[in-house]
Amino acid sequence: MTGLTLTHLRVLEAESIHILREVVAEFQKPVMLYSIGKDSSVMVRLAQKAFYPGRIPFPLLHIDTTYKFREMIEFRDSFCADIGAKLIVHTNQSAIDAGANPFDLGTQKCCGLLKTRALLDALTAGGYDAAIGGARRDEEKSRAKERIYSFRDTHGQWDPKNQRPELWNLFNSRLGPGESIRVFPLSNWTELDVWQYIHLENIPIVPLYYAKKREMVVRSSTLIPVEIDVPLLPGERKEEVMCRMRSLGCSPCTGAIRSEADTILKIIAEMMLFRRSERENRVIDFDQEGSMEIKKREGYF
Amino acid sequence: MSSPTQDIFAGIDQFLKKDEEKDLLRFTTAGSVDDGKSTLIGRLLFDSKGVYEDQLASIQKATVNESAGAIDFALLTDGLRAEREQGITIDVAYRYFATPRRKFIIADTPGHEQYTRNMATGASTANLAIILIDARNGVLSQSRRHAFIASLLGLQHLVIAVNKMDLVDYRQDVFESICEDFRGFAAPLSVPDLYFIPVSALHGDNIVARSERMPWFEGASLLHHLETVHIASDRNLSEMRFPVQLVVRPNQNFRGYAGQVASGVIRPGDPVMVLPSGRTSRVKSISTFDGEFDRAFPPMSVTVCLEDEIDVSRGNMLVPPSHPPQVTRCLDARVVWMGNQPLELRRQYIIKHTTQLVKAQVRNIRYRVDINTLERHPASDLKLNEIGAVVIDTHSPLFLDHYGRNRATGSFVLIDPVTNATVAAGMVTGRDPRVAGGVLEPDNVVVEADRVPAAGRQARIGHPPALIWLNGGAQLAYALERDLFERGYLTHVLAAQTDGTVLLEVARNMIAAGLITICSADFLYEVERERAHALLGAEQFIDCDASRFDTPEAAVAGVVSELHTKGIVPAS
Ligand SMILES: Nc1nc2c(ncn2[C@@H]2O[C@H](COP(=O)(O)OP(=O)(O)O)[C@@H](O)[C@H]2O)c(=O)[nH]1
Repeated sequence: MTGLTLTHLRVLEAESIHILREVVAEFQKPVMLYSIGKDSSVMVRLAQKAFYPGRIPFPLLHIDTTYKFREMIEFRDSFCADIGAKLIVHTNQSAIDAGANPFDLGTQKCCGLLKTRALLDALTAGGYDAAIGGARRDEEKSRAKERIYSFRDTHGQWDPKNQRPELWNLFNSRLGPGESIRVFPLSNWTELDVWQYIHLENIPIVPLYYAKKREMVVRSSTLIPVEIDVPLLPGERKEEVMCRMRSLGCSPCTGAIRSEADTILKIIAEMMLFRRSERENRVIDFDQEGSMEIKKREGYF
Repeated sequence: MSSPTQDIFAGIDQFLKKDEEKDLLRFTTAGSVDDGKSTLIGRLLFDSKGVYEDQLASIQKATVNESAGAIDFALLTDGLRAEREQGITIDVAYRYFATPRRKFIIADTPGHEQYTRNMATGASTANLAIILIDARNGVLSQSRRHAFIASLLGLQHLVIAVNKMDLVDYRQDVFESICEDFRGFAAPLSVPDLYFIPVSALHGDNIVARSERMPWFEGASLLHHLETVHIASDRNLSEMRFPVQLVVRPNQNFRGYAGQVASGVIRPGDPVMVLPSGRTSRVKSISTFDGEFDRAFPPMSVTVCLEDEIDVSRGNMLVPPSHPPQVTRCLDARVVWMGNQPLELRRQYIIKHTTQLVKAQVRNIRYRVDINTLERHPASDLKLNEIGAVVIDTHSPLFLDHYGRNRATGSFVLIDPVTNATVAAGMVTGRDPRVAGGVLEPDNVVVEADRVPAAGRQARIGHPPALIWLNGGAQLAYALERDLFERGYLTHVLAAQTDGTVLLEVARNMIAAGLITICSADFLYEVERERAHALLGAEQFIDCDASRFDTPEAAVAGVVSELHTKGIVPAS
């Protein structure tokens, strides 16, 4: 290898920065979807790099379902304050007022109202023409074909048959009236790349990713956090378990895994050992085979 | 005793440091339906442990295709619900795996009628293409197509994987004869690196490890080849190009130009010229979040500050004053048509080239390539999945290099301003008819001076210039001249002189003047003929060996018809 070769992480970084800059140059009013998770942390770091020494030129939008972990909200507020980013929080308040929760509605319907609907409303309200999201193609089989620039019709819906070919690094950002776009600068990153980059760059992440003793409901092989009152099934009780979250969603719908990994290095080691798909413990994905894709068509991503 | 987990923790720091140093290889895969592409990719993902356990578990839950035994590798790469319902895959899908030596990104393009568009898309970002061939069927017209598209998109490395060797008893002669066939037709495509490998995707022969069932094969396994193929020097590191994406100006004290290095190396102190203004300055610093860098090279994303306060905006390009690209409003290119509506001449499109968006029109289609035979045909439009050579006029100047020399500054897409669809992928063939003879013009005469533009010259004359190399005597040359002149071409005979260099120089000037130049030269000028042909390319060079024709009239008619084929038609 010559001295003029970049490592895979630096190539991914450079390409993601290129994408973020294109978005800012070519769209009127971009926004970054900030989910507080590790991918969001990486995305924010890339945005800091892209516009350095300037500030991040778009706001971060968090869709708060009100079922997020307390540690997530604390992290969100201090992280955004530290880096001086503008944060917008949006909640589907009328659905919350009407009592929306995953136990009565089921996860699909609940996500539909508190995430998908809330996101579409927030994007419309803000008049954003480009929403930058942290989804990766390796997350799920159906995402393998997702474009980096993913077009949404006037209803915010995704049509798998009507996407534009993406060649070289030449992105077509032209929109018709009312149309919008989701941009996924981390498309080519894998979960391992994300963790390695967090390690390399020393990027702060929500402590829930690290193992510690937490109170859980043990339901067959799944650990359900007790942040809010989970209705117990017969024979179940709360237990202290050494565990951590592999991905962060709403507390009732995010499973934990038993783990001793309390540092980034240990998390990476654990990943390499167990090689479980990242979303295994995210209850929503198991609702229905191909459920992710239905959500995508409806505008969840 | 320590647990395996602890051992890993102990070694992980070192291991990770090394793992984070891996480089990246992107490849695309091509094959006809049922050649075993999905199986091969599934095998690579699986055997390199890139497939997570529970994805496998969920596949086993969803399995429909029982024929392939325990694990249907093809299902690992299956995707969208609609496609699953129809039993086909539609588009380019990206897959990821890694080994301790490299990270890989596969652009998987399924073979069916959308093939050309998809493969071109997948190949546009790839370093290498794997072309699958079914050992039982040998080289089919599809394989030629795949190799052609790969070469069109500038891939330097092809791996020809002859699959299903188990079904031909792992026979060496079958493999060898396929290699020979393939080499035969791939020769004119000039892909520098071809690697042939016999495999069985289903049984894993020669995929990760060398197969014991084919001891006669002495090469490396597929994975080993992918891990070690040298790609670092495929990039252009000699001619610096820095398309400006954004001007970064957070306060009075800082003004920088953000962009991704397209080619070459930038260092503080380097002289740079800003295109299109032509203003010059020096690089003051390369500024990043991670501090100041002492150099930047592709594909780094950095911010460049200049010594002088000069006007620079998005769409401008920083280049070395000594090696600028072509600055032009007219370009020759090969395009892959991707729109549902065919290309229309003189309709307005938008060209996206580096960080520029510019209005553009297709002036002329030189020819369409029949992708199965590689023959060139005259064409008045290009339809979805067709490939052709075109002349494009743009509203404001682009800063171009030949695609073969610079993928970043030689590539563009065309956008339909009505539907906003991306309708074509383009590769600049570097010739600029505006500067007359194109490549005959030395490359360093580029920045637009106040010369009469060749486009204007051409508009007045009514047709582009061309060189007709005529081996048949002066009398025939003058007959041809008269005939062409009467048809409305502006033409002139150049009778060969003794010195070949002078001959070429005079020819260059006549072409620069916009003339259809008839060069009457015999076989003694074979070297010059070849040079002129190489320099001008097939679009502007017509070779007429009169001995092929029965009568002088037939020779004249032959030349006229070729002028038509190449789209060099006088205004009527
Ligand atoms: N015997 C044999 N069968 C193979 C091999 N590779 C693939 N196949 C079979 O060929 C068929 C088509 O394979 P698939 O991977 O779906 O082809 P694709 O259409 O190119 O993706 C399947 O039934 C595979 O099991 C091989 O190396 N040997």
